Amino acid sequence: MRCRELAEFLMDYVSGELPAENREHFELHLTRCRNCREYLVQYEGCVKAGRMACDEQSDELPVDVPEDLVKAVLAARKLDPSS
Amino acid sequence: MGTATPVDDETGLIAQLRAGDESAYEQVVRTYGGRLLAVTRRILDSEEDARDVVQDAFLNAFRNVDRFEGNSKLSTWLHRIAVNAALMKLRTRKRKPEQSIETLLPFFLDDGHHEERFRSWEEPVDIAMERAETRQLVRAKIDELPESYRTVLVLRDIEGLDTEETAKMLGLTANAAKIRLHRARQALRTLLAPHLAGPASAKAGETPGGKLS
Ligand SMILES: [Zn+2]
Repeated sequence: MRCRELAEFLMDYVSGELPAENREHFELHLTRCRNCREYLVQYEGCVKAGRMACDEQSDELPVDVPEDLVKAVLAARKLDPSS
Repeated sequence: MGTATPVDDETGLIAQLRAGDESAYEQVVRTYGGRLLAVTRRILDSEEDARDVVQDAFLNAFRNVDRFEGNSKLSTWLHRIAVNAALMKLRTRKRKPEQSIETLLPFFLDDGHHEERFRSWEEPVDIAMERAETRQLVRAKIDELPESYRTVLVLRDIEGLDTEETAKMLGLTANAAKIRLHRARQALRTLLAPHLAGPASAKAGETPGGKLS
């Protein structure tokens, strides 16, 4: 397995879906290739970073809704015949 | 009742909604509107569309409040309605020509090796993500992804849907959804790496902390 194939199998490897035979080749390549080890770490890091950055509980996401949007929603609701 | 406050009594609030209590509508919009807007902004890159979708989502929720089942939280229910409304918007609006993702994917030499030598990140991602500015950076980079990739990444890695659900919502085959997710993650890595890598000239072993092995 070369770096190119390893990159292709990365997602399945990370999710544990890579078939055993491919996994062996994958891991063998990893032991020999520092660059692919680094790529794997960063790939997994991005998945984690995305999740952590968009965590709803995180402080910096806007909790206050723009005032004009509040007004627009409430006005639209009054006009909505089906509510 | 000017600001967003946590809702202690959801059951009471829902009862008020069902009764058509005007102040309850307002409380719901003020309490959950900001978070819903954050969600729709993530899926749609137009602020106007994101707001329209939040409005649609609230109207839809108010219309269907009788169908709300008490076994999920109101916030979860609204969140799901907003995600669905945002995806609906994506499907119906005119597709903008999309930037190719190719330049954000890794390049390989003829012998199959990576062209790039990846520089280690300065610190483990958990540590980096403790800073608000890094979280902000990551959100900005997700926004930079071409739309059809960003939506898959948002649904899978952020909203936590599985491949099947994501594929269904986007009208893709499961395999296409997987390929897009993989490319989206690789592209996000390409966009983030220059910002998270340690200094190029760092002498081996001298950077304190956060060695990624
Ligand atoms: Zn390699």
